[in-house]
Amino acid sequence: MATAETIRDIVAKHGKLPVEVSTLADDGDLYAAGLSSFASVQLMLAIEEEFDIEFPENRLNRKTFQTIAAIAEAVDELTRDQQAA
Amino acid sequence: MTIHTRTPTGDLSARMRRVADIAAAHADSVDREGRFPQEAVDALRAERLMGIQIPAELGGESASTAEIAELCSILGRACSASAMIFAMHQIKASSLVTHGGEAPWHQAFMARVAGEQLLLGSATTEGGIGGNLRNSICAIAVDGDTCRLEKNATVISYGDQSDAILITSRSHADAAPSDQVMTVFLKDQYTLEKTHTWDALGMRGTCSDGYVFKGEAPAEQILPRPFAEIAAQSMLAHAHILWSAVWYGIAADAFAKAQAFVRAAARKSPEAAPPGAIRVAEASSLLQGVKASIVAALEAYEQAKTDDDKLSSMSFAVAMNNLKIASSQTILTIINHCMLICGILAYKNGTPFSLGRHLRDAHSAQLMISNDRILGNTSTMLLIHKQDTSLLS
Repeated sequence: MATAETIRDIVAKHGKLPVEVSTLADDGDLYAAGLSSFASVQLMLAIEEEFDIEFPENRLNRKTFQTIAAIAEAVDELTRDQQAA
Repeated sequence: MTIHTRTPTGDLSARMRRVADIAAAHADSVDREGRFPQEAVDALRAERLMGIQIPAELGGESASTAEIAELCSILGRACSASAMIFAMHQIKASSLVTHGGEAPWHQAFMARVAGEQLLLGSATTEGGIGGNLRNSICAIAVDGDTCRLEKNATVISYGDQSDAILITSRSHADAAPSDQVMTVFLKDQYTLEKTHTWDALGMRGTCSDGYVFKGEAPAEQILPRPFAEIAAQSMLAHAHILWSAVWYGIAADAFAKAQAFVRAAARKSPEAAPPGAIRVAEASSLLQGVKASIVAALEAYEQAKTDDDKLSSMSFAVAMNNLKIASSQTILTIINHCMLICGILAYKNGTPFSLGRHLRDAHSAQLMISNDRILGNTSTMLLIHKQDTSLLS
């Protein structure tokens, strides 16, 4: 996934995690790593800004933001949808 | 403890109304003495209402959240402290039913809750977390098949009377503060050393004392899902809906008194309505608003509960938070109206129209998880969540 590295950078900047993001696997649980609900919103806003997308309501749940891979998948899907539209 | 094995007669509401009669008779002494409402809890056990949420195949009655909310409001009209204890117990039961269903230990425990009518306590707050129950400082230590936990629990409501306590902690010693689990400890598996005594303005019968909790139990008693999921998928909805149902009950009882006051006055002097009469109509409208909010939240929960994504979504969390804010604020306005209607007889203790206990108990509503904290969380979510502003959808 082309977007995973960019997302990693955004998580590092906005995730306020108590651990180094480079130590996390793409499928590592961000909540278990200490992602708070407040930081997750900051993260969502930063991702919307970076990729010029809007998360629809059905994507605004824990699962979408659980791992870097899940965020990347959501971003890819939304970018595709918005290009197709 | 007496174990009642016969199912009592009547439907759930009829059973709760019998409990409510007993609770009402003792409500003033429970409040005055700040004591545990033992008579009401004994009656709940005699009517076998403690295990109703447990699935029928485990000995419960598979009661729905709506049915339990109705029971909370019936008991809330009689004794809010008893009703709050019943609500808190049912919130803990919902964690077991929703998240413990596939674990053999928790299944067997649910059967015990229903069979022995166990009272479930909760220890989610901790000294040093600043009121945010989604953070823990203490961590559970798993050593082989055993787990150990020590927690400075600033509040464990009815801790002395609980038969088991469901307690949150970090999932291991190196875990982040938000990486939490919930564990069931049985009464003989922990000690409680009291640190604070609950001497409060209202809700005095909940005996929400502070303790240092020290427990040791088989590690299989840790609930199999992360506490984050339990909080989002069962606790949030059950807490806000069942608390609101208790508060509705308090306000409904105050309203009934105010209406009776005005009717009696109107009969006595039909030519002039008492000065507060018009406020009955205003209070009626507010009370209906609280009821409608609870019913709408119950419907939203029914629609979401089979879909984990929906349950964990922001729209659901915002809706449940909004219910809590609206009901906790509105009941104070309603009770204040009722005091103005009944006048000095509401202000005085020991009259048929006394509302001092209602008013004091109702003030807990804004503080049980502070409304400011909830509004803060909601406002964060509203930075990204677009609230659905359609009327019907």
